[in-house]
Amino acid sequence: MGTSGAQFAFLSRVLHWVMAAMVLSMLGIGVTMVASLGDYHRLVSIHRPLGIAILILVVVRYVNRRLNPPPPFLATMPPLECRVASWSELAMYGLMFVLPLVGWGMLSAADYPIVLYGSLHLPYILPHSPMLYAALRRTHTVLAYLFFLIFLAHFSAILFHTLILRDGILFRMVPWSVRRSSDPSAG
Amino acid sequence: MSIHPGASVATRRRPPGIASTLARLAVIGGVLAVVAGGFAYLGGWLTPGDLSPGRFTDGFQEVNGVHPGSRRNHAKGIGVSGVFESNGNGQRVSKAVVFQPGRVPVLGRFSLAGGQPDAADAASVVRGLGLQFSLPDGELWRTAMISLPVFPVPTPEAFYEQLITSKPDPATGKPDPAALKAFIDRHPETARVQGVLKAQPIPSGFDNTTFRGLNAFWFIDASGRATPVRWILTPLQPFEPDQAGAAARDKNYLFDGLITRIRRQPLRWRLVLIIGRPGDPTHDATVAWPADREQLDAGTLTLDRVEAEDVSPATDINFDPLVLPAGIEPSDDPLLSARSAVYSQSFTRREGERKQPSAITSADVRKGQ
Repeated sequence: MGTSGAQFAFLSRVLHWVMAAMVLSMLGIGVTMVASLGDYHRLVSIHRPLGIAILILVVVRYVNRRLNPPPPFLATMPPLECRVASWSELAMYGLMFVLPLVGWGMLSAADYPIVLYGSLHLPYILPHSPMLYAALRRTHTVLAYLFFLIFLAHFSAILFHTLILRDGILFRMVPWSVRRSSDPSAG
Repeated sequence: MSIHPGASVATRRRPPGIASTLARLAVIGGVLAVVAGGFAYLGGWLTPGDLSPGRFTDGFQEVNGVHPGSRRNHAKGIGVSGVFESNGNGQRVSKAVVFQPGRVPVLGRFSLAGGQPDAADAASVVRGLGLQFSLPDGELWRTAMISLPVFPVPTPEAFYEQLITSKPDPATGKPDPAALKAFIDRHPETARVQGVLKAQPIPSGFDNTTFRGLNAFWFIDASGRATPVRWILTPLQPFEPDQAGAAARDKNYLFDGLITRIRRQPLRWRLVLIIGRPGDPTHDATVAWPADREQLDAGTLTLDRVEAEDVSPATDINFDPLVLPAGIEPSDDPLLSARSAVYSQSFTRREGERKQPSAITSADVRKGQ
């Protein structure tokens, strides 16, 4: 391991794909429910516990990242792209942490019960405050759109590397194990 | 292209030719367009004509104007508080903690239907009562009830249609009678409900009004058995008919009457659960259940404190009918999820606005002592 062709650690790859599915579902549910009358309640009831699950998993993921540092960037990425990629990773980690917290905080400020399932509910983390609720509610939307845009940029970059540069970037993250070769003369 | 010595197997592919590159770029563009378009579709941007919570709330604003800080419907109101004393009977149909014997604090708000916070009280206007039960385990139960025996419309779409039809014509100050008639012709269920309403005597005040939950819910007992239930609040204050002329003497006569009466003695209602039978319609709030359905007395609501909107904690509560404790679940009534969605939209808008002074002020409340 440690070469530029190396894969992420197994746990890192599993966390990546599980959370990718959760975050995309979350963004889709969020944008759908605010426009929906008939499905609103059903979707909100999924949105709350799924958000808390993401909050817990992103902490696990951060600890895992400290324990299993990612492999170096590919040589096909110029320094500027490496920097942008690092920033976008940081932004996505930050959003996975902050978006659920803002959601939890805004429900607290609105005095809505934060029901996860049945009678299981979370305590309030902020005082009841209309203006605080209104500000956090807007922040929640803005951050979610920002997350979707960053996801699109991330997805575009992966498609570009995979289809145009064909540098095998995707193999760093695929869930299955890819045999590495560091022999420059091969092929 | 230089290949890094440590590059993976995949990096050893040759770069594609120009035509192939363009085709691949087109694929990338297409995939991104589908993803972004899918997101836009889910968010309703591609179907602006669909009835969304935002458009619904816009409808209230079109009909009533925008009154910053006020609820978009049931704008005129007053806060109350008290206690619900459960007698334990409700445990037969629901495991909800609120039905265990004991007392839970209640916060509430009496209101009149309509989006104008300073409208004059009138006997014919629908009366509302929102309640929040704070259960000892931290759960909340909220319900928003009204004084009608059944709801005039079965679906959110019909409600919106009726709302827009009720918009006053700027020339006459009244809704267009032809549009009203056309609406009734299209909605026989609403005509039927109006017939029921005409037959009902109007009580003199909030204190002797019966409030009804109208929508059906599933009550879940300790063994997991589900029972369809509707609930009503039956006043213990005796019925008196509305006095003609009261509205002319005092534009706040209903609220002023409430303040006076609640000061004289605490006001009490029985919480009555109407136990549905299999086959009773749970999806249609315009249809009453047969009169012989069991009525289970679950306890007594006592309201002994009244506060103006500018100080009452009820002002910044969204009486979302789907804030439910474990043991009560929504039925298939399409109004429920829609109410939850539109209340949330109205709540979000008003909480971010600077509030105007309420029609009934703290001075009015003190005067009534």
